Amino acid sequence: MIRILSTARTEFRIALRNRWVAIALVLMAVFSLVLSLAGSAPTGGLGVDRLSVTVASLTSLSVYLIPLLALLMSFDAIAGETERGTLSLLLAYPIARWEILVGKLIAHLSILALAVVLGHGLAAAVAIWSDETSLAGLPSLVRLSWSSILLGATFLGAGYALSSLSRRPSGAAGLAIGLWLGLVVLYDLALLSAIVADNGGWFSTEAFPIALLANPADAFRLFNLTASGATAAASGVGGAADAIPLWQSLASVLLWPIAALALAAAAFRKVTP
Amino acid sequence: MTSTLTISALTKRFGEVAALTGVSLSVAPGERVALLGHNGAGKSTLMKIILGLIPATSGEVTICDAAPGSPAARRAVAYLPENAAFHPALTGLEQIRHYLALRGEEQGQAMRLLEMVGLGKAARRRIGTYSKGMRQRVGLAQALIGNPRLLVLDEPTSGLDPVSRREFYVLLDNLAAQGASILLSSHALTEVEARTDRIVILSQGRLVAEGSLPDLRRRADLPVMLHVTARNGYGADIARLLPGAILVDGALHLTCRQSAKLETLGTIAGLGEKITDLEVLPPSLEDLYAHFSQAAAQ
Repeated sequence: MIRILSTARTEFRIALRNRWVAIALVLMAVFSLVLSLAGSAPTGGLGVDRLSVTVASLTSLSVYLIPLLALLMSFDAIAGETERGTLSLLLAYPIARWEILVGKLIAHLSILALAVVLGHGLAAAVAIWSDETSLAGLPSLVRLSWSSILLGATFLGAGYALSSLSRRPSGAAGLAIGLWLGLVVLYDLALLSAIVADNGGWFSTEAFPIALLANPADAFRLFNLTASGATAAASGVGGAADAIPLWQSLASVLLWPIAALALAAAAFRKVTP
Repeated sequence: MTSTLTISALTKRFGEVAALTGVSLSVAPGERVALLGHNGAGKSTLMKIILGLIPATSGEVTICDAAPGSPAARRAVAYLPENAAFHPALTGLEQIRHYLALRGEEQGQAMRLLEMVGLGKAARRRIGTYSKGMRQRVGLAQALIGNPRLLVLDEPTSGLDPVSRREFYVLLDNLAAQGASILLSSHALTEVEARTDRIVILSQGRLVAEGSLPDLRRRADLPVMLHVTARNGYGADIARLLPGAILVDGALHLTCRQSAKLETLGTIAGLGEKITDLEVLPPSLEDLYAHFSQAAAQ
């Protein structure tokens, strides 16, 4: 336990000095504030409180931002140690590989959690201050917060796995950006174009829901939009949320972090210093 | 006396390439052993197997009666990797405190360890601002944590200036005096000459020679160099008496076999007043190393 905590403390310190903590906090705070202020104008017509609208916007933002932050913090975790020559030293110490991973995860995940709580807290404060009925939207915000942290854990795990697979940090960075582009940006575009081409056939009815659940970012968006009933405020792929039961997207949101971290542990076990 | 480290018939293959073949070696408590070899001779591979970082293909390794990589062995062994560069964002003190925690040791010792390697003043500066020699000292400081039974040091003095090297070997001597075994590799052959009890030469993954320096000299039977300084005017006379001698700047250089050394010395002593000085240069470790490496290659 001392070993894990010491690893976490050291990693947190490194992230602090590398400005990752500041970057994550500022990004989340600024984007949350902008969204909650900008989301104020059109609420009257929708008949929902202001915070619920903000939550829908924050969901779309988090889908992009949380995976990016998680991957940026994690890509160097193993490859960096390999390059500096400290991985062989670390593994010669009486510390198990899983303890190293858990220590790093605690540090990185707590930074993400801090950023999420700060950003969402600011958004809630702005919404409630200007519209008292916004208290009704709080459960949605809380749900968004913990699912954002789980989404972060998924992409941290993916980042550790990529970092273990590539020998150099530059290679790991390339893979991480590739993964982010693929899962968060191109995946949805590909699905949309497939649906357009399919024109209501087998793909749209059978394959599409599974494809959404298989992607942790899409499952996260789906879960939050379905749960808050905010599909009306969403557009694009999120509009499909009605078709998929809540328990399915919830399962995906809960299972992905476990799967990604198991993948990271398996990839790290294969690394020979 | 039971050995701290015992290696028997160790073989390691990477696919078709044999990195180590049938290496056997044991290191007793308090013994300092130098591992010599060209780049790619198998030194680092041997060290990584001892540390349990990579598995052996066949053969057996035990460290204090434990298998390499087992928790007991990891607690007993300290390691200094070649060219370790610690995270530039941490200070030397923070890095050593972390390593102390990993070994379950009191973190308050960090400053004392850094002072031992001469980093007391720089302890609170970030490692990113350290020179190569200072980073190497951080590595040494972490290797001293927790009274290890066996220290495995890969090129420990690379990047250190001559004074620091001497200080480093004094540290090692103290550890050895307390019963720690030391296995180190080095390219600076002259420094391990005086500072180790035993020398092991690896060549192409095979152990080609092992023993103390006098022992290796006797076995190699390399020629001994003699430098004779003649009194003014006698140079040519002496050259006639000593066949094979070459006159260089008024001194005569000649070589003889180890076995003929005493006889040649007798002849020179018989010259009496004609010479002013005599120097005997035994084969250096470099010569021995080249001799054993080449002999193995043939």
